Amino acid sequence: MELLKKIGEQHLRTDHPEFRAGDTVRIHMTIREGEKERVQIFEGVVIGRSGAGVEETMTVRKVSYGVGVERIFPVHSPRIAKIEVASIGRVRRAKLYYLRNLSGKSARIRSKRSRKGV
Amino acid sequence: MGKGLIGKKVGMTQVFDGEGNRVAVTVVKVDGNVVVQKKSAHGKDGYSALKVGFGDVKKLEKEGTEPRWRLNKPRTGVFLKAGIDRPRRHLREFRMPETALDNYEVGQELGADTFNNGDWIDVTGTSKGRGFTGVMKRHNFAGAKASHGVHEFFRHGGSIGMSATPGRVFRGKKMAGQHGNARVTVQNLRIMGVMPEENALMIRGGIPGPNGGIVTIRPAIKKQTT
Repeated sequence: MELLKKIGEQHLRTDHPEFRAGDTVRIHMTIREGEKERVQIFEGVVIGRSGAGVEETMTVRKVSYGVGVERIFPVHSPRIAKIEVASIGRVRRAKLYYLRNLSGKSARIRSKRSRKGV
Repeated sequence: MGKGLIGKKVGMTQVFDGEGNRVAVTVVKVDGNVVVQKKSAHGKDGYSALKVGFGDVKKLEKEGTEPRWRLNKPRTGVFLKAGIDRPRRHLREFRMPETALDNYEVGQELGADTFNNGDWIDVTGTSKGRGFTGVMKRHNFAGAKASHGVHEFFRHGGSIGMSATPGRVFRGKKMAGQHGNARVTVQNLRIMGVMPEENALMIRGGIPGPNGGIVTIRPAIKKQTT
């Protein structure tokens, strides 16, 4: 197990800001189309993080043209150019799966000015 | 060209390759491999192979008695005869042409650097035992419908053959039975990383057996280059 952790640590990204479930983030993904590379932004609410170490992923949800879209990103992927925290949300769960059943006003998340220790 | 190692499966994790793809890898520890014997086609063995030992054996040291290895005498003798002062738990042979044997010396330690990054390999191990299992788990049969009047026949395999002609069940018919705990070889895996300081290999994909299981690593038989 020690060895597995050590292997994973070489791939960890330490340049991301801290963020949790409920936060709204903007994820800058580098997309390769043939020879060209460009950056695509996915903005949405983090509805959960799962796994630990290199295997950690985050699920980001947004509503696009009335359709809910969820994308799962590996947190430590080198294809993520940058993560910006757009707002910090005040939520009382680690997994916000209940947002899937809500829409409109009730799907809003109250924002917090700051988080202790951030 | 002839080479091989014995290793211990440490577990699986994932890494990112140069293009940023996530790749699942299995980590195998290969420290303490030692050449025990070189078998020759011209000697009494009649075939050429490299015998390799692997795995620590505990030494019993008690006051007033000779130090002994926690390994029976014939097995210990194999190592002492080869001039290796520390016996190993596991022995495996790797068949290779006589000419390839010249690269090895009896008593030589083999490490992770035996293989190179990107090498194609076959990995052999003992799969996890699943006991006596039914046809759905063992052979991926579909079972029967859960509704529409099915009565006490949910996980069965259906008919096992015809009637009076041929009047018997064909040999090899897939039925329930022991699943797993068998020797399994996974072919054409790729070395994703060699860690000489840890004496471990990273292999792309999964390999048979539980974590802590003993596996043998050989060059891929279907991808031989030279």
